[in-house]
Amino acid sequence: MSVNYGYKRITVGAHYGVRDWLAQRITAILMAIFTVLVVAQVIFSKGPVGYGLWAGIFSPQWMRALTFTVIIALLYHVWVGMRNVFMDYIKPATLRLFLQLFAIVWLIACAGWGIQVLWRF
Amino acid sequence: MTEMVSAQRRKRPEFRNINAFKDLTTYRMPPAAWVSILHRASGVIMFVLMPFIIWMLDSSISSEISFEKFKAAFNVGMLGLPGFIWKLVALALVWSYLHHFIAGLRHLWMDFSHSAVTKEFGKTSALITLTASIALTVVLGAKLFGLY
Repeated sequence: MSVNYGYKRITVGAHYGVRDWLAQRITAILMAIFTVLVVAQVIFSKGPVGYGLWAGIFSPQWMRALTFTVIIALLYHVWVGMRNVFMDYIKPATLRLFLQLFAIVWLIACAGWGIQVLWRF
Repeated sequence: MTEMVSAQRRKRPEFRNINAFKDLTTYRMPPAAWVSILHRASGVIMFVLMPFIIWMLDSSISSEISFEKFKAAFNVGMLGLPGFIWKLVALALVWSYLHHFIAGLRHLWMDFSHSAVTKEFGKTSALITLTASIALTVVLGAKLFGLY
């Protein structure tokens, strides 16, 4: 049998905890960079912010791809967060399961809509 | 032996069924606790309002015509609600995003640095987070409501 003590001791089953914890931080960094990128382009623009400027920010193909990635990251990030909230405050298993299901549907629906918008204009 | 020890020991107080209105209101929360609970609250607000966020993306970006609809929602109104209500919703999102963003950066900093998790730094950074998010919300809110 492999070593199961000291720093190699396995304390959890499926490692969801560490994976989700790390994923939430990585997705957060990605979204933060994206935010700075978009806000900077708005702040350092000249004149009033019209449709041309705003749509222009998102029109390059790489920006659409990046926004797509950010939406997926957001999906995962919010799922981890909402799951934590439900686990902390919602004790009845039926209600918690229902809310988790609702969160999944809610998030996937929003992500689908957002992604559709990206390649439609 | 263990029985003797436990007999001498004072019975520890037990808290059961914490009442949200009677007990939670008596908590004296340090700034870091406010940042923490508001981080959650702001996250939940953005989760609930996510369809509105995607609608804003959709209408602002799809075409010149939809961009005008986007502006009209805040200037004239939408779905039977006056424009200022939608501006307040947007303001709630502005605060939520700012607080979540700044508190999130604080979180990441604390994950990376041991010196960021001291009691003193925890308090200072929490106060900076609360102040910065509210100050920026006021600045952007003033812009949103056309004060400058």
